Amino acid sequence: MPSTEMYLTQSADIASRTLGDDTLIMSTLDSTIFVLNSVGTAIWNAADGATPLSRIVQERVCAEYEVTDEEAFADAREFVGQLAEHGILSISDAPVPPLEAK
Amino acid sequence: MSLLDEMNEKATARGIPLSAHMDITWRCNERCVHCYLDHDDKGEMTTDEIKDVIRQLADVGTFFLSISGGEPLLRRDCFEILEFARALRFNVKLKTNAVMIGAKEALRLRKMGIEQVQISVYSHRPEVHDAITKLPGSLRRTTEAIKHLKANDIKVSLTNVLMQFNRSDALAVKQMAGELGVNFVIDPTITPMLNGDRSITKLGITLDELQQVMRTEEFVGDVAEFCSPVSSAGDDVLDGYSCSAGHTLAYISPYADVFPCVQFPMPCGSLRKQAFRDIWFDSPAFAELRSVHVRDLHTCSHCGHNSYCSRCPGLAYMEGDFRGPSSADCQKSYARTGIPSAAMERAGQRIPQAFTGLVQISGVQ
Repeated sequence: MPSTEMYLTQSADIASRTLGDDTLIMSTLDSTIFVLNSVGTAIWNAADGATPLSRIVQERVCAEYEVTDEEAFADAREFVGQLAEHGILSISDAPVPPLEAK
Repeated sequence: MSLLDEMNEKATARGIPLSAHMDITWRCNERCVHCYLDHDDKGEMTTDEIKDVIRQLADVGTFFLSISGGEPLLRRDCFEILEFARALRFNVKLKTNAVMIGAKEALRLRKMGIEQVQISVYSHRPEVHDAITKLPGSLRRTTEAIKHLKANDIKVSLTNVLMQFNRSDALAVKQMAGELGVNFVIDPTITPMLNGDRSITKLGITLDELQQVMRTEEFVGDVAEFCSPVSSAGDDVLDGYSCSAGHTLAYISPYADVFPCVQFPMPCGSLRKQAFRDIWFDSPAFAELRSVHVRDLHTCSHCGHNSYCSRCPGLAYMEGDFRGPSSADCQKSYARTGIPSAAMERAGQRIPQAFTGLVQISGVQ
């Protein structure tokens, strides 16, 4: 489990829609398109700035898929890191107040 | 296949209206000579009605939302509507003549994260552009607006609608677009009035002029490749649909009426009487439209152009039969390859009157 919690906030500079198990995301800055699968969608939809990634993984991933906590958390860290690199979401080590979590 | 193509395929399979085009007014501050709309207000949706429709679109999975008109910025609530749509995470495009966009408005559009602003420019010459819009100073104001939008890093697409009046200006407009740093689209489409009046289609360019456009490298790229005949469609095309209208695309008028597309005025229902979901999934008109595959088209299914023809079922509908050919697209295929379409052959290896003056080249950019 993480020594430091990660809190995820969806960027305001995106358009997104969940269609079935998939989520379509487009950056309004550079029109880059991302399509998240069901696991990515579960994490994305829980990225409210207030729920730590560890809890998202336990409740949304480990509870639904046959995977260990460690594996799931490592994959989730890599996944959110990639989205953060593209500016699709931001990661902080403390909960983000709702007004900032646009 | 691109990610977007994949999502479109999934949306088609699941019956999701991935794209919606909403005209929030048909009123306009310009009076373009080729416009297909009646500009009188006959009871536009209120702000709350529009927000409710946008909320319903989000619920059924719509991702791409084009807000248009008329001139949408004539509504005082236009920015409120755009910001509401962005708050619901739509990918929002604004179609406008832009004459009401100054520095402040451009900044507001940037801050809300609008995807693109689409603007029509008819000529690089004010005397031609302003004569078409019938609004003195409109080219200057539109050009200034484009500069404000670009200063805010907003993507702009400039459409040049070709008509008799401005046909010789297209290359200069393309150069103007390049200098402004915006995308350029050439559009020889003159859409008939939505009430069925086809008189404005006479303003369009002639077949000879269309052929010249098709053979201009600056517009089509490799002319030889673009104009080469292509073999007929295989089963994948024949089992598919002519376009996305009614499959993944819906159009909503300012009066809350739902149609497959702005260019396909087949009534499917009223949002003042039914929920969007009920119209989209249960309307007999949508069901009939979705039952028709390319294979079912009585003339186009065996036309040699059908592997690449952008047959518009809406234009065909306005000619009387959405299962039939669209003469505008027959004209396009003929201009492109020199080979008559099946509908033209049926008419006797000649170009009947119906095949002139109505043109659509959606693929030419």
